[in-house]
Amino acid sequence: MTASAPLIACHECDLLQREIALPPGEVVLCGRCGAELYRSAHSTLDKPLAFLLTAAVVLTVANVYPIVGLEIQGSGNATTLFGAAYALWHQGMPPIAVLVFLTTFLVPAVELAIMGYILLSLKYGRRPAGMTLLMRALQHVNPWGMLEVFMLGVIVALVKLTHYGTVIPDMALWAFGILTLLLAATASSFDIRDVWDRVEALPCREVDE
Amino acid sequence: MNGVPVTAASRALYSCHTCGLLSRGADKGADMGGVVHCPRCSAELHFRKPDSVARSWALLIAAYIMYIPANLLPIMETSSLFGSQDDTIMSGVLYLWYSGSWDLALVVFVASIMVPLLKLIAMTLLLVSVQRRSVWQPLQRTKLYRVVEFVGRWSMLDIYVVTILAALVQIGSLATIKAGPAAVAFGAVVVLTMFSALQFDPRLIWDPLQKERPGHE
Repeated sequence: MTASAPLIACHECDLLQREIALPPGEVVLCGRCGAELYRSAHSTLDKPLAFLLTAAVVLTVANVYPIVGLEIQGSGNATTLFGAAYALWHQGMPPIAVLVFLTTFLVPAVELAIMGYILLSLKYGRRPAGMTLLMRALQHVNPWGMLEVFMLGVIVALVKLTHYGTVIPDMALWAFGILTLLLAATASSFDIRDVWDRVEALPCREVDE
Repeated sequence: MNGVPVTAASRALYSCHTCGLLSRGADKGADMGGVVHCPRCSAELHFRKPDSVARSWALLIAAYIMYIPANLLPIMETSSLFGSQDDTIMSGVLYLWYSGSWDLALVVFVASIMVPLLKLIAMTLLLVSVQRRSVWQPLQRTKLYRVVEFVGRWSMLDIYVVTILAALVQIGSLATIKAGPAAVAFGAVVVLTMFSALQFDPRLIWDPLQKERPGHE
């Protein structure tokens, strides 16, 4: 082991490997199990920030406007995401209401807030306070954002609703569709390894406990 | 590095869960609690996720139990002028099928019935093979784990369908839809299997390979 390239351990099979330099847009996979080890760092923070800010605006729109309306013999009814969770709560289903609220609103919102805070701090050359805590929170919270599943659920519900009356797709339906794409774009351009490299490269390091 | 695979743990190197840094770990308080921290981000370090197999089993068994009421109890209760009707997950699929939306019926069947069951079976297989320190097809088992991780969230589909229906179909005596008790059980299955998969450490699949080879610690 004399080569100077730093070592990296695969997070899925623990194999030790030497890092290699990467041209932009390439991904390094583990030689044994094929897990993604790292991808080439983005040259700027602007791309993830742009996706993130757009996603934040669309998230707001998606939650302010109704998702879908239903008209049955003259009487209409429309619901927002909050409205749907609220209705479940009052039908004696608080656990499900909480689950829906967490997976479709709170988790995406928290993820965007944490990533935005970290990216903006780094952009202005500051080490984000509580960096370790935030990065860990991000990791724990990430699997629970399920907007794309929610989208499919709404589509299935639309089909079932046509049985009862006239279905009127509303603003938030489109907003949720776009948001799904924006969140995927934000997540794929926010690189954990790159963020840590940038934090380490900052001139003055304070240790946060 | 040909031949014998070298893992980080076999060289007493920790790979940090939070920031990915490879290190020997910074001992704080001189072995007082035996807790080792990452020198870069100060997160606690472990060679493997602690008590991974036991925690994963506990959550999985709980999920098995909840899978039964999730499928037997009604997930949706519809009442209208023409009487009331209780729908289980399966009868919801059949309704879609017979009303002509065979494609959506298939999607819901796969997401709500097949995926949860296959997840339970896959996690059982992974846990049993890891406990027996099996060296059988580690790559395929790792891929299976990735599928379980990726696919888990899609079982939430039925919960969301019921949420939208219950919120909209509230037209007094004409038609009212309520979420049924199976919704809670079903949500529990999804959450429990997801936690079970998160607790599982895929590196355990590869560890027996290490000990197999003589002359290597």
